[in-house]
Amino acid sequence: MSSLRGCGSAEHVISRRAALGAFAAGSTAAFTGNVLAAPLTQQNKRVLMVFLAGGVSQLETWDPKPGAPTGGPFRAIPTSVTGTHVCELLPNTAMQMHRLALVRGINTAEDDHGKGSYIMHTGRRQEPSVTYPHLGSLVARMVADPDNPLPGYLHVQPGGGGGSSAGDAAFLGPRFGSVSISDGKPPVNIDLPGGITLARDDSRHAMRQKADARFLASRHTAETEAYTQTHDQARQMMAKKKLFDVANEPGRLADRYGRHDFGRHCLLARRLLEGGAPFVKVTHTNYDTHHENFDFHIERMGEFDLTFATLLEDLHQRGILSSTLVLVISEFGRTPSINRNYGRDHWSKAWSIALAGHGIVPGAVTGKTNAQGTAVVDRQVNGGHLFATYFKALGLDHTKKHYIDQRPIPMTDPAASPIAEILA
Amino acid sequence: MTQDKPKPMPPAKPVVPPAPSPYPGYQLSPLKPGSELKHSSPLVACRFDPSGNWLVTASQDNALQRWELATSKKTDLAGHSSWVRGFAFSTDGKTLFSGGYDGQILAWPLTVAQPEPIRQVRAHDGWIRSLGFHGGNIVSAGNDGRISIRGANDLREVIAWQAHDCHVYQVAYSPDGTKILSGDHKGRVKVWEKDGRLIREFVIPGLHKYDTGFRADIGGVRAWSFAPDGNAVACAGITNVSNAFAGVGNPLIVLADWTTGKIRIDLKPKEAFQGTMWGVVWNPAGFIVGAAGGNGGMLWFWKPDQQAELFAHKLPDNVRDMAQSSDGKRIAVAFQGGTVRVYPISA
Repeated sequence: MSSLRGCGSAEHVISRRAALGAFAAGSTAAFTGNVLAAPLTQQNKRVLMVFLAGGVSQLETWDPKPGAPTGGPFRAIPTSVTGTHVCELLPNTAMQMHRLALVRGINTAEDDHGKGSYIMHTGRRQEPSVTYPHLGSLVARMVADPDNPLPGYLHVQPGGGGGSSAGDAAFLGPRFGSVSISDGKPPVNIDLPGGITLARDDSRHAMRQKADARFLASRHTAETEAYTQTHDQARQMMAKKKLFDVANEPGRLADRYGRHDFGRHCLLARRLLEGGAPFVKVTHTNYDTHHENFDFHIERMGEFDLTFATLLEDLHQRGILSSTLVLVISEFGRTPSINRNYGRDHWSKAWSIALAGHGIVPGAVTGKTNAQGTAVVDRQVNGGHLFATYFKALGLDHTKKHYIDQRPIPMTDPAASPIAEILA
Repeated sequence: MTQDKPKPMPPAKPVVPPAPSPYPGYQLSPLKPGSELKHSSPLVACRFDPSGNWLVTASQDNALQRWELATSKKTDLAGHSSWVRGFAFSTDGKTLFSGGYDGQILAWPLTVAQPEPIRQVRAHDGWIRSLGFHGGNIVSAGNDGRISIRGANDLREVIAWQAHDCHVYQVAYSPDGTKILSGDHKGRVKVWEKDGRLIREFVIPGLHKYDTGFRADIGGVRAWSFAPDGNAVACAGITNVSNAFAGVGNPLIVLADWTTGKIRIDLKPKEAFQGTMWGVVWNPAGFIVGAAGGNGGMLWFWKPDQQAELFAHKLPDNVRDMAQSSDGKRIAVAFQGGTVRVYPISA
């Protein structure tokens, strides 16, 4: 496999990493292209994805329809952008609208949770022949500094679980998969075991490096390199463990973020972004409101609104909003009809997301739905358009391709173009 | 203003076979609607006025409807900017008070040809779901957790206090008017002096669950009704919730002695029905009526000391609310389809 080690040029270094990823993923594909060129490594850019899991209602957030027969009980309120209104459940976010852009014309035509989530994380519909990488993995691969001590794709999520999800990276390779920060707590075993001093740990690490080097000399594979890299990254993360501790934040700021899981998680996300993490995803559950949609959106938005508005303001105050692409997405929206249980069901034909930060025109609104909210009547877009827009916002060329076994794989849906009107 | 003529309706299908009524003067099965009143938007609430001449409904188009029961004539009442679930009437029946999800209380002259709001006030930060009236005062409660007492004549606040740490679903004066009761999202009932001092607090078992999977509270006191002797309250809602976001659970009524906090009995339908008990009334004759919606609509009659229901009736649509005339002779059920049906239950 030494041929993959290349000549040391930027192109080959990147190609090697991609190839290692492909092998480590257990794929038979071999990365052979050279299109992941040096310009793709963008310094000091970050992405924050807030994922509202379950399918947040566009009517109870970004595209209210008060007075429509199925508009629901909530009113629309003005925002800091003249002429733009959002649901009354977002009074604090409304005051940040001059930093946000809304896309109100999304039609992803997929009402299944898993498939809808796939579209919103990869920009593609599921295909039998290829699995596409998550945006987080693409950013980890294409935007992150290779020497960044933090994982390229961090996922702060409620509840248990943890570890990493190599599958998110698909053919990019497992090192670009997501690393979970479960319940906002630091990764397990981030502290040295009791009785192990720093000097002794250094000694153990040096010994392991020697053993690895001997092994790699004869059996250099993607898996073995990934194994070594994982140890190195773990040590680097241990050195950065304070980043994961929100207790270091001032109490008043923590109060403002909210003394609940989502508040802690967003505060952690800000620390991680400020500390250099290239991509942080924060998941807020649970929006799958087939029953009592309105009561549950009061609760959910009650957590989201002030926390998210505080996060935006905090990013701005610290001067990093302008270098951070912020996305608030879900897997789909909810029906513009009200079911027998005061619920709304899955609806992907006309829904909305919000963006902010790097590369985005603040205060812009694109797309329009009809009076009932049942269909897009102007500037309809899908997941492909959104991904092309993310690429453009990050300064990446969305028309480039991955190459797997000489097979070109467009990085974004070639049929979709960026949404120019919201791009700075 | 539009007029909807009553249509002949088939009787509600009895699930439990007809049997002689144990309550003289009442015919509880079969259950046959006396009138069917149709509005163009799904209904969310209904109440009889004290005289029994009018029925007031509220709908998802933010409007109220006043129905003259003798003629079935409908008058639309516009004024709220959201849904309305809270109603109260002055003792003389001339004034209707409505409390809405817009946080407002509106006062309406109920008996004039075309009522317009004569007073209105923003009373709560968030939804109002329930109102009560006694002795010239209105009591309201809202999603802001507050209880507020206002003069009925001017809607000025007399006193208010922070009563709950979550949404308040029910509020009422005790039947003798000396106390205030409130019931919340977490299935708790609190008994208050009218100056805001807490006398007693107790939990209605089974009416609330924190769903750890969905990380959300589900349940609450969705409806209630006082016993004829005034000492007990029937609390209704949803129980056995296995999936909060799909509404998978069963209707439940719990009878509690609010003067002691002691729980008397659970009233559960024998047949597994998926949904929420959106309405409960305690009839002056002593029986209890529950109406549930979710997977269709059902209505049950119970004796207050007997878990097995007396009669069960399948209703033609999904139930949203139920009310009883003050003489106990009629029951009104509001349906998702926009219809309110009035069922005479006197023999």
